[in-house]
Amino acid sequence: MPDPILRISGLDAFYGDFQALYDVALEAGEGEVLAIIGANGAGKTTLMRSISGLTQNKAAMVRYRGENIGALRADEVAAKGIALVPEGRQLFPSLSVEENLIIGGQVGRKGPWSLNAVYKLFPILQERRHQQSTSLSGGQQQMVAIGRALMANPDLILFDEISLGLAPIIIKDIYAALPGIINEGMSALIVEQDITKALSVSSRFYCLQEGRVSLEGASATVAREDISRAYFGVA
Amino acid sequence: MEWVNAVVQGTLLGGLYALFAAGLSLIFGVMRLVNIAHGDLIVLAAYLGLSATTLLGLHPLAALLVVVPAMAIMGYVLQRAILNQTLGKDILPPLLVTFGLSVIIQNTLLEAYSADPQKMNAGALETASFSAGGLSLGVLPVMTFVIAVGVIAGLQWTFYRTALGRAFRATSDNQEIAQLMGLNRRHIFGLAMALALAVTAIAGIMLGIRTSFDPSIGGGRLIFGFEAVIIGGLGNLWGTLVGGVILGVAQTIGAKIDPGWQLLAGHLVFLIILAVRPNGLFPRIGE
Repeated sequence: MPDPILRISGLDAFYGDFQALYDVALEAGEGEVLAIIGANGAGKTTLMRSISGLTQNKAAMVRYRGENIGALRADEVAAKGIALVPEGRQLFPSLSVEENLIIGGQVGRKGPWSLNAVYKLFPILQERRHQQSTSLSGGQQQMVAIGRALMANPDLILFDEISLGLAPIIIKDIYAALPGIINEGMSALIVEQDITKALSVSSRFYCLQEGRVSLEGASATVAREDISRAYFGVA
Repeated sequence: MEWVNAVVQGTLLGGLYALFAAGLSLIFGVMRLVNIAHGDLIVLAAYLGLSATTLLGLHPLAALLVVVPAMAIMGYVLQRAILNQTLGKDILPPLLVTFGLSVIIQNTLLEAYSADPQKMNAGALETASFSAGGLSLGVLPVMTFVIAVGVIAGLQWTFYRTALGRAFRATSDNQEIAQLMGLNRRHIFGLAMALALAVTAIAGIMLGIRTSFDPSIGGGRLIFGFEAVIIGGLGNLWGTLVGGVILGVAQTIGAKIDPGWQLLAGHLVFLIILAVRPNGLFPRIGE
């Protein structure tokens, strides 16, 4: 079997002084879409931070394409082809919509994504391209955040709670756009609290509970009661 | 006519103050760093200019070609080696470290150049003047003002029209997310300090041509710079120019009333504006 694009093993990670992840192991294959589910405080965001380099750990805990990246800074990880759509969108308020997108492409990786490609995916952004990013609606801001990550032409893209705080109809639109985003061989990790959404777009899932992997399996065949148990930790 | 003259001369003086302030404003804008050593760095640049003119026989304006890159490199190294370690949630460490830096620069200059006032010799430029509309204008003050406008316009263009400026603004907005975009904030901050000290070098040379200087005057230049930044509104470069001009005009009008009032008048105007508009005249919206 070829090396997976991402292999996490024995990951202990801290959120401040608090240990948020214990001995987490996870693998993503080339082109695979994984869902990471779990309750609030289960460690999902710390896992995203650990992969993207915002939280630095021991080098061997995170391997990407056979290379130890656990101890790299976020800008070094980004240059290797991992992009994060952060929780809460976190656009740059001093930058216009278009500048937010352009800065996403700053790492200078080649690939199918460009300003034009992002505008084709989200036409509304082209109309609004000279506005301040903070003047957009929540859903449009999320489109900018996704576009910004795509502009880096990543091989692995991490989505952290992309439906948080958005209206259901907007969430539906964004999830409808996902398959168009994650083709072309891109791999993805999708962190979600909405389990149904997460399972519907992924091939496998990992469930975190209090910083440990409590369940993993195929998204299509998992039984709901198993997830409930793994999610809440009750029988 | 005398009063008109005072206003015009004050405006031109304001150009110099805007040069003092621009680097301060830039550093604060990008990394929220208050650089107590800024005034001493201006004086350091004046001394480097002095050495360049005496050792290399350059005209002070030609010395800019040496001093500007030297100060820029110094800025990058200073930021990467020392100041980056002080940046964090707590605002006290950078204040203390730049205060210490101020003391070190002053004493090093004392050792190297003694406490005697020095001046750069710019030859005929120092006294050249022309008359316009019944006023006699010095070529040097006019040149300083034009340079100040050019520097501010250049910084403004860099900030809003270049990839570097975009990186400055993004890093200033959110350091973590900027890091995710492949921007190493330590490097970006180094570049910001390099740019700020390049501007400081220009300020130091123009100061050193205009007046005599000694190692102890940095504190006063820092205050003028601060006042110009605050009057204009934090984070607004054109506001900084206006702030410098208001300060300059207040000082020359004060001096016109009574020569002893020059500095006091400037500080009073600053205090009044601070009381009436605590965010300055043109604060950047949303801050």
